Amino acid sequence: MMKELLLLALGSALVSNVVLSQFYGLCPFLGVSKQLKTASGMGLAVIFVITLASLVSSVIYTYLLDRLGIGYLKTIVFILVIAALVQFVEMFLKKKVPALYASLGVFLPLITTNCAVLGTALTNVQREYNVLFAVVNGFATAAGFALSICILAGIREKTAHNDIPKAFQGMPITLVTAGLMAIAFCGFSGLL
Amino acid sequence: MSKRVKDPDRLTPGKVFINGLVKENPTFVLMLGMCPTLAVTSSAINGLGMGLTTTVVLTMSNILISALRKVIPDKVRIPAFIVIIASFVTIVGQFLEAYLPALNDALGMFIPLIVVNCIILGRAEAFASKNNVLLSAFDGLGMGLGFSVALTMIGLVREMIGAHKVFGFTFVELMEKMHLPQGCIDFMGNQTPIAIFVMAPGAFFVLATLVAILNHNKEKKRLRGEAVKEFAGCGHDCLNCHDSSCSFYDPNGSDEAVGLKGKKKKKKKDSDDLEKVEIEMVSVSENVTGDSSDAGENATKEPVEEKEGGQEA
Repeated sequence: MMKELLLLALGSALVSNVVLSQFYGLCPFLGVSKQLKTASGMGLAVIFVITLASLVSSVIYTYLLDRLGIGYLKTIVFILVIAALVQFVEMFLKKKVPALYASLGVFLPLITTNCAVLGTALTNVQREYNVLFAVVNGFATAAGFALSICILAGIREKTAHNDIPKAFQGMPITLVTAGLMAIAFCGFSGLL
Repeated sequence: MSKRVKDPDRLTPGKVFINGLVKENPTFVLMLGMCPTLAVTSSAINGLGMGLTTTVVLTMSNILISALRKVIPDKVRIPAFIVIIASFVTIVGQFLEAYLPALNDALGMFIPLIVVNCIILGRAEAFASKNNVLLSAFDGLGMGLGFSVALTMIGLVREMIGAHKVFGFTFVELMEKMHLPQGCIDFMGNQTPIAIFVMAPGAFFVLATLVAILNHNKEKKRLRGEAVKEFAGCGHDCLNCHDSSCSFYDPNGSDEAVGLKGKKKKKKKDSDDLEKVEIEMVSVSENVTGDSSDAGENATKEPVEEKEGGQEA
């Protein structure tokens, strides 16, 4: 059991990394990776939201949709549940845990309909994970996201003032960087 | 009779169609929907399949949203759009599963993820909620086919470099069919394809090159003194994307870009309001929560936008 969970976590975080090999959540990955500080904030917020969304969506699917035989409605239900959940969490943090809200708050509304969140929730269902596995998978996937966005932000900070051909400045060079990172992450495929 | 050139306010189905297909091509010009663009273009057939699936969803949701545009209250329009889009995605997904299982397997999770594709919600918000049914249908068709063409082309490039194939046929097979000299065929047969182009990293490289070419063209236009139309990347139309680094966003603010930013903020707030209303219904202390969180939300939204602008400058 423990071993299975560990393997699952390693697989989700490194081997099939959510951005670099699955291509979920590219917008924040490319958009919020200019500075390491904002990138790590985004990473933490994503870990928080995806783990929570995995838990809630898995519970709803197992105990409600599946029981009633309406599993085909999962896309609609998940997207609404995730949107409401994020909003609720934001309000809760603002009232009760202002310190955490100060560091994560601004990122929360941004990831409401991020495709990484919905993608992870749907993957959990597709692979028929139980609630525990779904939460671990969600956490590991999001940790993989946080890892890669922090690495990308670090590289972008270092290379910000390099002499790059005009046409490649901005988005293209970021994509090339991400591509090289994806090659590096391919190296993990022998891990499992 | 002096020839009055097209009145910009008057939209015809043909004009709307061409606009989506070429002038505002969602991939090449607006840079919307990048996740599926990168993920499913490992071959031309997959790209085409994804493109056409999106076209169907986009056209149907545009039609329905346009038909209901006077019924849906302004405040709840975003959630309403999402429910409509999600319903169509579910229908199309079931259809594919039943009749085209191979394509369904190849596209995998990206079929349900059409729900959160920027293009669809973007068109619903920017076009279908303001125009009549016929125009919206053609807008959906044009945008969808523009997306399909772009995905097919990217898929074709990746397939040709990465697997030496064209639409699933190998180069060698095609050359034999064309009756080229045996020497040529043997030469081609001995070449090894650059396999990384059909793998994940290749997607990034192809897209990077593509954006660089577009940037280059834009720069040339600018040097010639022509007006370059700026689009705020995937920032303006979509709830997903809050992109501060997008090379398409012009920080010095062509009016368009600024206007779009403003619109996005408003949209966010509206959807926030809705969610708040939902939750307020269960909350006990309604007024206090509502007022304070409303003020707080505005206060927190503002710095984000400013910060994004600051990073750009």
